[in-house]
Amino acid sequence: MQQLITTVLTGLTLGAVYAAFALALVLIWRATRIVNFAQAPMAMITTYIALVLIDAGMSYWVGFAAALVSGLVLGALVERFVIRHLTGKSEINAVILTLGLFIVIHALAALIFGARYRSFPAPFGLRGFQVGDTTIALTGFGVFTILSVVGVMVLLVLLFRGTDVGLRMRASAFNQEMARLLGVRVGRMLTLGWALAAVVGSLSGLLIAGGGLVHPSYMDGVVVYGFVAAVLGGLDSPPGAVAGGVILGLSLSLVSGYVGSELVPLASLVILMAVLLVRPGGLFAQVRERRV
Amino acid sequence: MLTVDDLTASYGPVTALDGVSFEAPRGEITAVLGANGAGKTTLLRTVSGLIRPTRGTARLGEHDLTSVPTERMAELGLAHVPEGRGVITELTVEENLRLGALGRGRRGPADLDRAYALFPILAERRGRSAHVLSGGERQMLVIARALLAAPSVLLLDEPSLGLAPRIVAQIFDLLRSLVESDGLTVLLVEQNARSALSIADRGVVLNLGRVVVRDTAAALAGDDALRHAYLGF
Amino acid sequence: MDRLLGRSTLRRHLTLAVLGMLVVVVVLESTGPFRNAQFASMAYYGIAGAGLTILIGLNGQISLGHGAFMAIGAYTAALMLQGGDPLPLPVILLAAALVTLVAGAVVGVAAARLHGPYLAGATLALAVAVPGIPVYFSGTLGGEQGLNVRVPDIPPWFADAVFFVTGQDMSRSRYLGYLGWFCLVVTFVLLANLARGRVGRTWRAVRDNEVAAELAGIDLGRARVLAFVVSATCAGLAGGLLALSARIAAPSGFTLTLSLLLLSAIVLGGLGTLTGALIGAAMLTFVPQLVTGLGQDLGLTDVRAAELAPLTYGLVTMLVVLFAPAGIVGGIRAAAARRRAVKTSGTSKEARKDEAMDEIRGVTGDRHPGGGVRRG
Repeated sequence: MQQLITTVLTGLTLGAVYAAFALALVLIWRATRIVNFAQAPMAMITTYIALVLIDAGMSYWVGFAAALVSGLVLGALVERFVIRHLTGKSEINAVILTLGLFIVIHALAALIFGARYRSFPAPFGLRGFQVGDTTIALTGFGVFTILSVVGVMVLLVLLFRGTDVGLRMRASAFNQEMARLLGVRVGRMLTLGWALAAVVGSLSGLLIAGGGLVHPSYMDGVVVYGFVAAVLGGLDSPPGAVAGGVILGLSLSLVSGYVGSELVPLASLVILMAVLLVRPGGLFAQVRERRV
Repeated sequence: MLTVDDLTASYGPVTALDGVSFEAPRGEITAVLGANGAGKTTLLRTVSGLIRPTRGTARLGEHDLTSVPTERMAELGLAHVPEGRGVITELTVEENLRLGALGRGRRGPADLDRAYALFPILAERRGRSAHVLSGGERQMLVIARALLAAPSVLLLDEPSLGLAPRIVAQIFDLLRSLVESDGLTVLLVEQNARSALSIADRGVVLNLGRVVVRDTAAALAGDDALRHAYLGF
Repeated sequence: MDRLLGRSTLRRHLTLAVLGMLVVVVVLESTGPFRNAQFASMAYYGIAGAGLTILIGLNGQISLGHGAFMAIGAYTAALMLQGGDPLPLPVILLAAALVTLVAGAVVGVAAARLHGPYLAGATLALAVAVPGIPVYFSGTLGGEQGLNVRVPDIPPWFADAVFFVTGQDMSRSRYLGYLGWFCLVVTFVLLANLARGRVGRTWRAVRDNEVAAELAGIDLGRARVLAFVVSATCAGLAGGLLALSARIAAPSGFTLTLSLLLLSAIVLGGLGTLTGALIGAAMLTFVPQLVTGLGQDLGLTDVRAAELAPLTYGLVTMLVVLFAPAGIVGGIRAAAARRRAVKTSGTSKEARKDEAMDEIRGVTGDRHPGGGVRRG
């Protein structure tokens, strides 16, 4: 029982991070029909920026903000100067392009920051809370993780549902030509979309790193889990991505707790294949069939 | 006034529009007629910048539209309702309308009320996904949305396509009254030449990308030979 | 050229293979152990790249998981070499290829139903997942440390034969070089024949237009699975050779980076061409040393300078995708085609140009714009 509770709490925390990363992938997929595999190294390199500032003696929060801002800038730059030039090519080319970017950012990070493991601080406690005389697997940082992901989701919902910019962004994502005819600057909206997605990606990078080790490859697994979570939710749906992230976090936590942490990536592969082959539209698909 | 002069556009080696010239005067409906493939839709798409012409100009007042990006057409007062797919089905009815109002600066909710007054059925469905609308309701939505941008020129591509005659008549009556009350300029592309000419002031007949004839609507409707050859009624 | 190589495709390929093998002998005999080892690496990169380029370029399926298949081949070979009295190397390499073939078939059946980004994501998961397996089964598979591989003794008859021809003694690295390049030549001949023949036409048809291919009676799923299996088998063979060359099979040797570098190498060379795979393999083998030296001259530490190689691959991959999707081989072919088109005159000029364009399109792997709906 004790272990089950531990597993569930760990799963929820991890699930929140996967949900954030999946959300980043979904935002870009909706707008440009590209799965941005480079999201992982993009998040990784912004975490390094935070680490450099923190190691230089600044507060965690300065580093945290700097990472999110550099995510915003990086996302915008990538869309404007790389992705924009891909229009009209085959989908394999889009995949290869984001992977090229993956390799580039990865190598750059190792070149600039070195390839060794470095520890990344956490702003809140990493020891589990005491309930009675047992320690549960929910830490202060875990609570912060869950709350910040929920906070980002609320902000995104407010942005997309409640503001004119959000409406313009959604219109650009769904129907570019009509959006342009209605006076929406579609190019700017796509840049903004990539920028926002990169911020959300950076957040997940910071949350994974907190209290752990940072390394140029530390997000490689997360891109897989984020992708699986996004596909679980249907790849097109932000709420689906969030639900997919939580479900995946719980399932992988069970695998890690009861089978072995080495097999977690394999479990995610099995879950991915099962979903793609049985319910290609995601767990929550209603009617519309989808080509996978 | 919308002035099209020597407009030429092509899809690769195929010339879809070949030296088209005509004027659409302010406060009038100009019908663009012709068979399938005559270049009617290409004409509208070239005017609104979705297709770049290889030659010629389209002018709106003092602006040369051929150098204006599509995104800025709404600001200049040009609204284009494309054939068929104009509704953004993933948004709600109200969001579609809001998008139209955004096209020309920020406007208050009063404008949406005007759209709802024109088409009460849209008010009933305002919170629903546009996906659930019928064909006629979609057509009303795209026209209402275009009007919310307060355009001076409205490009309409096949508004009657697939709609019941009663709804077509309703939409055409509305157009007529807008033209007369607001001085709107309308460029109306139609397959259904008979009903288009019944509300238009003048017409341009295209064939294989060229202008065959420009004249008043009455004259075109009265020319039997022309009607049989190009207009199919 | 045609007269020299003969008309029949098979004969042509075999002639090229013999000529290639002669070049290999000359090169391996005239270089030292360090270069020999590098050529052995180039051989396994070439084999894995050839398999991948066939899959992506000819069949339009992408795989980011070929590093995982190489791992399967490498571990198979390493396990078979654990005992004191191992089977002959050809048997071991064949087994590495066959075990990977089975794994490729399992993955391929699932992969055949996916396309584009979905397939990319699934194979990416494969690449990340497989290195965890030996860690979990650390008892048999050696955990993080991996399995050490002892290269068996060089068969005396082989050493004697080479000595008879070249007058030089056989070193281990040269032996591995011969082994690798022999496998490469055999693989290339088989793949070239497959690509030129009915199977290759089927693959291309599926890539270009699924609906048309299906209407022409092609079983889409079968064509895809076959391409995936062939491709994975190549990766397995390459993995076996890698284990021998590196003398170890360990999880750290098969990271996601390996899969991605393999992909970038064949994109640079030119998707869908075996020559491109060979060029890509040469770059994977020789560019690191080159740019690392450059980085050291610029005052970088060894570890950091080593990152210049992937940085270069990544950048060039992006540039190739954006500006020259046909890669190096495609670029050369396009230039040659233009020259031919200019040389020939009159009406045949257009025909020649079309033919040349087909040739170019054949290697770019661009999907038909109307891509079609996938079923089943």
